[in-house]
Amino acid sequence: MQRSNMFKLFKTGWRDIFTALKSYELAGVLGWQDIRQRYRRSSLGPFWLTISMGVLIGALGLVFGNLFNSPMKEFLPFLTIGLILWTLISTALNEGCTGFTAAEAMIKQISLPLFTHILRVLWRNLIIFIHNLIIYPLVLIVFWVSLPATASLAIVGLVLLMINLSWMALLLGVFCARFRDVPLIVANLLQVFFYLTPIIWMPQVLPKRANMLLLTANPFFHMIEIVRAPLLGTLPSALNWQVGILMAMAGWVFTILFYGRFRSRIAYWL
Amino acid sequence: MGLHHTILRAVPLAHRLLVIDIAMASILLKNACVDFPIYNSSTGRSLKYHLMQAATGGLMGSNEQGHVVVKALHDICLDLKEGDRLGVLGPNGAGKSTLLRVISGVYAPTGGSIEVQGKVTSLIDLSLGMDSESTGIENIFLRGALLGYSRRWLSTKVEEIVDFAGIGNFIEMPLRTYSTGMQMRLAFSIATLQQPEILVMDEWLTVGDAEFQEKAQQRLGEIVKKTSILVIATHSPPLVEQVCNRMIKLERGVLITT
Repeated sequence: MQRSNMFKLFKTGWRDIFTALKSYELAGVLGWQDIRQRYRRSSLGPFWLTISMGVLIGALGLVFGNLFNSPMKEFLPFLTIGLILWTLISTALNEGCTGFTAAEAMIKQISLPLFTHILRVLWRNLIIFIHNLIIYPLVLIVFWVSLPATASLAIVGLVLLMINLSWMALLLGVFCARFRDVPLIVANLLQVFFYLTPIIWMPQVLPKRANMLLLTANPFFHMIEIVRAPLLGTLPSALNWQVGILMAMAGWVFTILFYGRFRSRIAYWL
Repeated sequence: MGLHHTILRAVPLAHRLLVIDIAMASILLKNACVDFPIYNSSTGRSLKYHLMQAATGGLMGSNEQGHVVVKALHDICLDLKEGDRLGVLGPNGAGKSTLLRVISGVYAPTGGSIEVQGKVTSLIDLSLGMDSESTGIENIFLRGALLGYSRRWLSTKVEEIVDFAGIGNFIEMPLRTYSTGMQMRLAFSIATLQQPEILVMDEWLTVGDAEFQEKAQQRLGEIVKKTSILVIATHSPPLVEQVCNRMIKLERGVLITT
């Protein structure tokens, strides 16, 4: 009885997600539209984000590179990738929170797979991420470093990162549709994690004992590391991969069940 | 103007047989209820509660968690088959729109069940998702995607849409430069591009100026005629008489006549 019930929840949740993935074209159009709408009539469009990101990286690099006494040639590429990845993670999750509430008019009017609204958020942020990524080769050129041989592995890492962000954004979206305080809590937590996670500081500067808490137990560290390490010419640790893959599997199973249970309530909560 | 002259004729038998052959559309509601929880209302025992009870259409109550609940639909049973044209009558707040949304799949009933065979198309908010800063062309693809049209198919239809809407060169201009009528014409032309299987409407659509209206009514009449099942909410009994072969009346979320 219990088991068949779980199975039904899973099926309900999965059916919506599957239909959304099948009509990816719709999420794609909506995501592009968001970008176009945001930057309409600005001559540089989303590249403004790239520019401001570049300026931020330069400034932070100057301050923290000197503060931690890290060699720029190492620190700046590290900071660049970390910051670009963090921007992807934090905006995807923050906007995931409002994924359903922002689409209220649409959700209440036509029946679409609801995961489409989350896919739209993810796609939009992936587009911005790709714009920001342009800074990375520029940094490589400035320091005259070649692209490391391991770089292609970063694509696998990015896919895993997106898979993890997807269930997180969906879970947050459902939760935030019901409890409107959650987006504020999430924004706050993400800000805290920005400092807790090695993005503007390199893990090497940590005393050994702090490693456990700030690195091993920090899911965001693993999520970032699987993309960042290959781009910096090292391989992510086995632990990074294990945590990333385990999070993706457990996270998705839980989210599909949770979503199967509450999907039909979302329209009522808006 | 002969408003619905094209649909006055009953659905031709031959056509009905033909459609039955392809697919059997049906809608079946069994004791469907829709309760809206109101989270930002204080307890249901306030003065406001009593005042609101007198003023709104739906009945109010509270659910097991103690939230105030508006019972928008209560115990609705409905069985629609191929060829049915259902008119839904009732005063404001009777639950007509909610019923349409339940049929469209927006709200899953909180009690009872609904089973729908066939694809439901709603012609309720024609300009849903359209963006005033985007050009007409961009809006065709945006709105078309929301209606479930593929990009490739749409690109073969752009000319037809522009032609029908009578937009001309304006199609390359942002939507905000259009007159309200032009916007509606464009929205109508996109929304009615494909023959829906089950059609849901809130009142009969009238769009644009006299010249366009004639074209629009003809196309709408055609669509309504060919659709397997029509559900239309309206305040006009004559419309029901003209278009529908079945009628229900809602009052405070309860079905009072079938």
